[in-house]
Amino acid sequence: MELINLGIRAIFIENMVFAYFLGMCSYLAVSKKVNTAFGLGLAVIFVLTITVPTNWLLQTYVLQEGALTWISADLANVDLSFLQFIMFIAIIAAMVQLVEMVIEKFSPALYGSLGIFLPLIAVNCAILGSSLFMVQRDYTLSEATVFGFASGVGWFLAIIALAAIRERLKYSNVPDGLKGLGITMLLTGLMGLGFMSFMGIKLGNETEDETAVPGADVKEQTELVVPKQDNAVTMQE
Amino acid sequence: MKAFRDLLDKQKPLFEKGGKLEKFYYLYEAGETFMFTPNHVTGPKGAQIRDANNLKRYMMTVVIAMIPCLLFGIWNMGYQHFLAVGEEPEFWPSVLLGAELVIPIVLVAYVAGGLVEGLFAVVRKHPINEGFLVTGMLIPLIMPVTIPLWQVALATIFSVVIAKEVFGGTGMNVLNVAMTARAFLYFAYPTDISGDVWTYYGDKVAVEGYTGATPLAVAAQANIDGEAVTAALDASWFGQLGGYFEPWNLFLGAYPDSIGASSVLMCLVGAFILILTGVGSWKLMLSTVLGAYVMGLINNIFAVNTFMEMPAYYHILIGGLAFGAVFMVTDPVSAAHTETGKWIYGFLIGVLTVIIRVFNPAYPEGIMLAVLLMNVLAPLIDHYVVEANKKRRLKRGIARATV
Repeated sequence: MELINLGIRAIFIENMVFAYFLGMCSYLAVSKKVNTAFGLGLAVIFVLTITVPTNWLLQTYVLQEGALTWISADLANVDLSFLQFIMFIAIIAAMVQLVEMVIEKFSPALYGSLGIFLPLIAVNCAILGSSLFMVQRDYTLSEATVFGFASGVGWFLAIIALAAIRERLKYSNVPDGLKGLGITMLLTGLMGLGFMSFMGIKLGNETEDETAVPGADVKEQTELVVPKQDNAVTMQE
Repeated sequence: MKAFRDLLDKQKPLFEKGGKLEKFYYLYEAGETFMFTPNHVTGPKGAQIRDANNLKRYMMTVVIAMIPCLLFGIWNMGYQHFLAVGEEPEFWPSVLLGAELVIPIVLVAYVAGGLVEGLFAVVRKHPINEGFLVTGMLIPLIMPVTIPLWQVALATIFSVVIAKEVFGGTGMNVLNVAMTARAFLYFAYPTDISGDVWTYYGDKVAVEGYTGATPLAVAAQANIDGEAVTAALDASWFGQLGGYFEPWNLFLGAYPDSIGASSVLMCLVGAFILILTGVGSWKLMLSTVLGAYVMGLINNIFAVNTFMEMPAYYHILIGGLAFGAVFMVTDPVSAAHTETGKWIYGFLIGVLTVIIRVFNPAYPEGIMLAVLLMNVLAPLIDHYVVEANKKRRLKRGIARATV
């Protein structure tokens, strides 16, 4: 149950794109067609599901302070966490390489349409971001796996929704200055507005959580407290 | 009528190519087509439909369908004022006071939005967008009566520009324009659109013990206190005054809420007009209400807290669900376009509305954000409905070919 809650939270409430605005570059660039976006979304889900638990293992057994005691007790004082970024990135890059080879083998068409953005998953901040959140929030291995997968699903959902809208926008008479990325940015902001519906939902028995909204005095139609988000600006217009 | 036509015709050369006011042709055109059936026809290419209806008349039908809600809202706002200050609420004074409060809001929404529309039409050289007729009426109906007028203007301008004009005008917007206006105010000026803002006091003081809490607020509070919702509704100020929060009265709508959104009855009248004229989709309305009801029933089954125990049909009676289902969900532009998609879209809005109401303490009312969220997802629903259709027909074709 806890894990399901965590999953739902990562997909809807703390959506990588709409709550944290992570992974924007490929999100904006590869969202012109639903089918391509679908492929990239799947690739991101896959990479996240693999890398977050892998990075968890790495963090727990190699990087964090005292992690190396399983080799010998002498290493109890060794703290390798300064290597965190580079190691995480290395794992992510390796996984992306793997995905790339698989896609190239089995779906050359998708490989062609994803183009440069497939290898660029390696530097997609949603992916590194998930690994770092995982460390910051002290997840266990199973939580890390669920979190990785669910973050991927959240990102996937966001990109295919955007792609579907953009397919429809093809017929719109958008002002010249806003064509292309401009309107997409606006659109992302407006989509974030829609996703605001989930902010503040409490699931299960989460105790203290920065997105929770004090529901203590809902007395008169709840003075709205816009949930605090770490580094997100949700309405950017 | 004839004189009027002549007057328009006389002005026409001024606005046509080479005329002095050529720039403002679209303003003239808007005025002309608004009052008379235009004489231009679609070019030889493309679909040809012969019909007395056009987009302007189509939109006007929606506005007419909203008039019962508006009139009821005008009366109700005055009525609530007199109730709150402890005076005998008589009919005509209520209507007069209500009109005094509501009509400026409607005017401001129309004027502010109209100016922006006009500006865009002149600069971007496209006809004035008819959709605005509806938006300008919808925005006042979903505002609290105490909303400052400048905020109405600001929200209208924001939503017309950001939610509609940048996408190319009517028919192109992704989000429902009126809901965007409300969401904008909700996040930008939360104190003016939530809390004790639903009743106008004027310079009088409310009677002792009065709370202007809406039924939804009462329900949310009961949930926190662990009381049964129906009991809390009865025990509230309005409940004690004379059964104002009984199901029948909730249906009629004489309780504090947004200007036009409280009365289910008036929404039904609107729905009737929309369905009869074929302007609104009954599938969308039905599926939304169904979604809310089914989710209410599911809540009843689990019934972990008192809000979940509330009888499911209450969800349809209280708050803006009925208004949203009739006028917001049926917005033909931002809703799903495919027939199967409409069922899914409406149903999910209903479900989400109840989920947000019951589980999200940050928002007392769910319909606004549920509609916006599903607006975002509607193209996706359409996409997959179309894909599934393609697949099915392809299969049928193959089956036939092999026979």
